[in-house]
Amino acid sequence: MEPMTWTGSLGFVLNPLLLAGGVLLLVAVVLSVLIRLVTPEPQVTVSPDGTLAVHPGLRSYTSLAVRAAGALLVATLLAYVLGGILLPWGQAGIVGAIARRFLPVWVALILTFTLSIAYSPHLGLYGRLFDSTVGKIGFGLVMFWVFTALSVGVFGWIATHDPLAAVSGLKNKPPGIPVPGVDLLGPGSHYLLGGDNLARDVFSRVVHGSWIVVQIAPIATCFAFMVGITLGLPAGYYGGRLDTAISFLANLILAFPVILLFYLLVTPEIVQTGIPSFMAAGLFIFPLVFVGVLIWSRYRTEPRRAMTMLGVILAVMGWGYLSLISQAGTPLAFMGPVDLFDVPPGVLVVFVSVVFVNSPTVFRIVRGLAMDIKTRDYVAAAQTRGERPWYIMLWEILPNARGPLIVDFCLRIGYTTILLGTLGFFGLGLPPESPDWGSTINAGRQLLAVFPHPAIVPAVALLSLVLGLNLLADGLREESLRD
Amino acid sequence: MLLFLVKRLVTMLVTAICLTIVVFALTNLPPNLEKIAKSEIGTRISDAEVTSWLDKNGFGAPLLVRYGEWLGLLPGWTRTDENGVVYGRCIREGEDPATAPIRCGVLQGEWGYSRVFRQEVADVIARGLGLTGKLMFWVLLVMVPGALLTGVLAGMREGSRTDRALSTASIVATATPEYVSGVVFIAVFTSSAVGLKWFNGSATSAMDDATLVNFTLPVLTVALYAMGYVARMTRASMAEVMTAQYIRTARLKGVSFPKIVLRHALRNALIAPFTVIMLQIPWLLNGVVIVETLFNYKGFGWTLVQAAGNNDIDLLLGVSVVSVIVVLLTQLISDVGYVFLNPRIRLA
Repeated sequence: MEPMTWTGSLGFVLNPLLLAGGVLLLVAVVLSVLIRLVTPEPQVTVSPDGTLAVHPGLRSYTSLAVRAAGALLVATLLAYVLGGILLPWGQAGIVGAIARRFLPVWVALILTFTLSIAYSPHLGLYGRLFDSTVGKIGFGLVMFWVFTALSVGVFGWIATHDPLAAVSGLKNKPPGIPVPGVDLLGPGSHYLLGGDNLARDVFSRVVHGSWIVVQIAPIATCFAFMVGITLGLPAGYYGGRLDTAISFLANLILAFPVILLFYLLVTPEIVQTGIPSFMAAGLFIFPLVFVGVLIWSRYRTEPRRAMTMLGVILAVMGWGYLSLISQAGTPLAFMGPVDLFDVPPGVLVVFVSVVFVNSPTVFRIVRGLAMDIKTRDYVAAAQTRGERPWYIMLWEILPNARGPLIVDFCLRIGYTTILLGTLGFFGLGLPPESPDWGSTINAGRQLLAVFPHPAIVPAVALLSLVLGLNLLADGLREESLRD
Repeated sequence: MLLFLVKRLVTMLVTAICLTIVVFALTNLPPNLEKIAKSEIGTRISDAEVTSWLDKNGFGAPLLVRYGEWLGLLPGWTRTDENGVVYGRCIREGEDPATAPIRCGVLQGEWGYSRVFRQEVADVIARGLGLTGKLMFWVLLVMVPGALLTGVLAGMREGSRTDRALSTASIVATATPEYVSGVVFIAVFTSSAVGLKWFNGSATSAMDDATLVNFTLPVLTVALYAMGYVARMTRASMAEVMTAQYIRTARLKGVSFPKIVLRHALRNALIAPFTVIMLQIPWLLNGVVIVETLFNYKGFGWTLVQAAGNNDIDLLLGVSVVSVIVVLLTQLISDVGYVFLNPRIRLA
């Protein structure tokens, strides 16, 4: 079978258009910058009838040119995707084939955006996100990977091959290489983005890697926030010795170089001693404490209601907690048959170390916010009313600190993704054949100068996800500041 | 001021002690010691042989005692072998046990011996720090002016098109971890697949003789990540200053815009970035580890990875002490410097 080219038969029309669009955009941008430097700012003149008139001159033409060139570029890119979806498999080249494999993601993205924009006035901060371009782009990038992860992780769509299976003869082969022995032209007939150093499909591995990242990063960030909030609120609210003690511990962890900490926690010898399991037992108790105190502080005056709620929720969470920390093959394996699930070995260790590294920073942020907010009048009012300290912390201070915390949550998921990649880059934690992006970059970097594609593809994927999260955080910050 | 400095130095000391105890405890866990014994005398030895080797080499004592030996508070261990020759922690080969010092630890300036490099820890770290210092010097030389210029240009007219373009660029820079930008740089500028081949993908030769060809990519890779962050902070600080009353007064007086930026805004806008840059240095250390591994540049970060990967206890302890000092010292400098730069702040 023929190797696939990048753009297939669409390329004859679209490639020149893409080139033209790119060149035009570049020229227009350079021109507009130059003209902006040379021409004066637009003068506003007041007409005798009291209206204002602006004479924009050359500036408006250049900005028009930038927009037109940009539109041409975007339209061409859209045409590649549409062509890939509409034309028969392989006709539109690698780009088209990839666009077609991502079809479920495109549908989900379009649905999400249409629905969200349609109902945006009723959706609060989330709805206002769609007012800012940066926020929209960021949200789009993030949701692209979330939908990709769900499609591949839950339904098994998108990927064309098994991420762990090697096909002999395809080691380090370039993108678009046909798979030997497959005669039927279709999704399995080519390695769309080439083969890696063990002859596995780069495209399928990247897509499967997104599932690992999208599972671990947000959950780990959530746990880090639970730890940070549960410790940061009292430290900021009470201050004094408690604050000094916890702050010292937090600074101690922060003074560690992250990579040294990872090496110390994640090596097999340490895992063997069970230290990560004990740390998991310590760190993962915080959500239980948090929810318990949250409910009790609110419904303290209605003991029966509080007791039932606490009983049900803590029983469910407690079972989940015990199942999570009890792992077959580690010193903490006590659940036996009632163990609901076992996290794959390596994942729990990675999880613990990422939560451990992130919590002190969250703690510092929450502490700072609590110290700031406790001086407000509504806190004084609550104190006068005779509310208990924990009620004030969790139901007065925390809701009012939500803006900065939501923004930091987005940023921190991105940072956690980077940390996961760092772990993979040093070959720590997850097994080497795991398709997560960090490990894939690590495997691909040995032959980077000769075969760049196995490392570049996951690198770009990671970059786009983190970029999306940062843009999303920026959009959220902008919109939440408008209040 | 003096009290503040003393307090900070004491905190620093306590932090360093706590941290080294943690590192010491983690590196001296039984499985780790077993690995050392096996790597020294062979993998196929019985548990009894492991125990006897560990005891002969001073690993048998309780953890805190050995920590005391490392620190130099307790006398170093001594053993007598079958021939009646006395050897020990503080007795160098061929030295008379009677004249050898009783204590030899960090307090006496003895950092121990690296098993991986077969060298004194102090020498290994000094060499690594020298090389990393060279890298950091160039990184800061690229990063600081670049970041400040970007930030000031973006922040002086908040919301303008320049601002949006530069802000987006800095967000992209902060979203690119070193291992991503490094990989992309190597693929684009050195690989035969792209064919530019402008630079070297390895910086090993830059250790002796740094040139534009072999040193550009590592410097750029480290600088880029931090640059985005510092530029964003500078932009925020600049934008805040530009809304201040005295800037409005100057504008109303008719001072030209470039003059306002250079003479009135810049000095106040650069106070916050100074702190950020100082606090960024420990973070750069992280990037340095990644970049030195990726480009095979045998500096401090590379040493850290080698020490951690091979559980080289003495070297790891030395590396952690140095990095803790770097972290806390930069914090101290940033706090003290802030006071000097901003007369509105006083240290209690």
